[in-house]
Amino acid sequence: MISTTQPACPASASTPADSVIQFDDVFKVYPMGSTQVRALDGVSITFRRGEFWSIMGPSGSGKSTMLNLLGCLDRPTAGRCLIDGQDVAHLEDDQLSDVRLRRLGFVFQSFNLIAQLTVSENIQMPMHYRGMEDDEAADRAAELAGLVGLGDRLGHRPAELSGGQQQRVAIARALANDPAILLADEPTGNLDSATGTQIMGLLRRLHEEGRTIVMVTHELDVAEYSQKQLHMRDGRVGRIVGDF
Amino acid sequence: MAGTRIIRNVRLGIKSLLLHKLRSSLTILGVVFGVGSVVSMLSVGEGASREALSYINRLGASTIIVESVKPQEELNASSTASNRWHTSYGLRFEDEARLGQLPNVIRTVPAKILSNRQARVGELTSNVRIVGTTPVWFDLIKRPLLAGRVFNEQDMNDGDGICVLSERAARELLPNSGAIGQDITIAGAYHFRVVGVIKADEGSAGGVQTPDQPYDFYIPLNVDRQRFHDSDLQKGTGSFSNEIVQLHRIIVEVDGVEHVQATAVAARAALERFHGRLDYDIRIPLALIRQAQATQRVFAIVLASIASISLLVGGIGIMNIMLASVTERTREIGVRRAIGAKRRQIIGQFLIEAIVLSFVGGVIGVALGVCVPYGITTFTGMSTTVTAWSIGLSLGISVIVGVTFGLYPAQRAAGVDPIIALRHE
Repeated sequence: MISTTQPACPASASTPADSVIQFDDVFKVYPMGSTQVRALDGVSITFRRGEFWSIMGPSGSGKSTMLNLLGCLDRPTAGRCLIDGQDVAHLEDDQLSDVRLRRLGFVFQSFNLIAQLTVSENIQMPMHYRGMEDDEAADRAAELAGLVGLGDRLGHRPAELSGGQQQRVAIARALANDPAILLADEPTGNLDSATGTQIMGLLRRLHEEGRTIVMVTHELDVAEYSQKQLHMRDGRVGRIVGDF
Repeated sequence: MAGTRIIRNVRLGIKSLLLHKLRSSLTILGVVFGVGSVVSMLSVGEGASREALSYINRLGASTIIVESVKPQEELNASSTASNRWHTSYGLRFEDEARLGQLPNVIRTVPAKILSNRQARVGELTSNVRIVGTTPVWFDLIKRPLLAGRVFNEQDMNDGDGICVLSERAARELLPNSGAIGQDITIAGAYHFRVVGVIKADEGSAGGVQTPDQPYDFYIPLNVDRQRFHDSDLQKGTGSFSNEIVQLHRIIVEVDGVEHVQATAVAARAALERFHGRLDYDIRIPLALIRQAQATQRVFAIVLASIASISLLVGGIGIMNIMLASVTERTREIGVRRAIGAKRRQIIGQFLIEAIVLSFVGGVIGVALGVCVPYGITTFTGMSTTVTAWSIGLSLGISVIVGVTFGLYPAQRAAGVDPIIALRHE
């Protein structure tokens, strides 16, 4: 599916074999009136497979821009963005969609389930976009719902679920196509602290099972669940905290 | 696999539309009326066209009708000069023979017509139209024989006072007894014996009257001449007129539809030589009916076009609602895009919703479009015909309307920037 005109270079000299995200001197510049705003100002960082990162920083620090680029929703102005070995900086819209579909899983702050679909159908959605057969997709959805503890809620609509349950469905949906990276944007932001703790527990479990997770948050206690923390400041990498 | 994907998309579309039942039904209603009126209008046009065709079959398409007409100068004289006058005009007996000799003519039927004569049987009276003709009439204008027989060459030779009645005249004059053999008095003086009753097929299509009428009284032409002569004396208040006309009508049968036009021209030329003035008129039912059919076709197209305007309005309704839906569901679109949906998958989703709306409207509209002509026929007697092609066409158009008016909103949806859409509340 991925265009072969863009040679993937998973093992080039500067790329560690186990890196899943690698940013090399990435810039993102937005025009604002007559001036230009540098949302990212030469970011270089590598996330390895199986790591659990949180990206932190005050508003305007560039963490949302980081998330957009990590999520292949946007292209950098300059620099190289390798996602699972693929340089996404110059991909067409359809190819970016494909990277999102197959290699990334999104978990949003406000769950973002489709209201008119059941739990099972919500989880199946990415599989259908990939062209999976109905039966196979339904089976996998049931399996994933079981994994997040909602095996008995398959026929429910999002409106019939609590916030925590909805976020679990969203996590199951993010795992639908077995992505290389799970991206979470303030996953506990709309939840009370007890439910938030449960969701973070679930993410930690997924990490322990080998998933690569990148989470954007501004809450320190949430960030503590992660292995490593990237603090952004003025569009640059501020400091990196964590066990190495 | 593409099939299951479409079915899934249709199901999803229906689910999304059911979220706003009232809004969706109102949108569908626009298409319902559009398709319904297109189907009904086409059926009205088709009905009229078929009626004309059936008329051709009843009359026979390969005939030319030559009629006596009071010339223009006589009409002018009547309005200006005296209150009593004699006029003599119209077709003559020799004309029939002349027309019969034209190429491609199979046979001719003369008719001497006296309208509004009182027929009496005992106490019962009825105003009939006396048609003096030959046996060929019944052969050319085939009508079901209800009782007895029509007259033949032998009757012509015998010169007896016999008649053939149309069904309605028979019912009115002889309601209780068998009509055959009964005696009917015309104008208090002339006696005729009924030999047969036929079913008249009166009516018109495209402005052409059938040659027979409901109260017809057919007698042999030579008997007609003997008893009523050639003059038609009409008395009015303080005036009378005496019109001398030998034959009122000659029906000419041609050996094929393709020769009708040429024979009509030849007939005109033949008559012109012997008539000093224009006291006859040649009418070609086929041409008149064709003209009428063409007019009706235009009429039907105009009706259907007007109806399509309502379909257009229905389409605009769909576009309006789909645009609202796209705006409302910006966030859903953003989520789907972020998860990995391609632009064309979003286009497909919204396009299918628009098509579902218009197709459902189309199906209900066809149902309406079948019922309305039924009602029109029941209440106005106008003939209507719903054809399979008009239904197919309307359903096809409704889908095209869905695609046409759904495409722009769908493209708007696909053009949504996921980053902005995800921030959308």
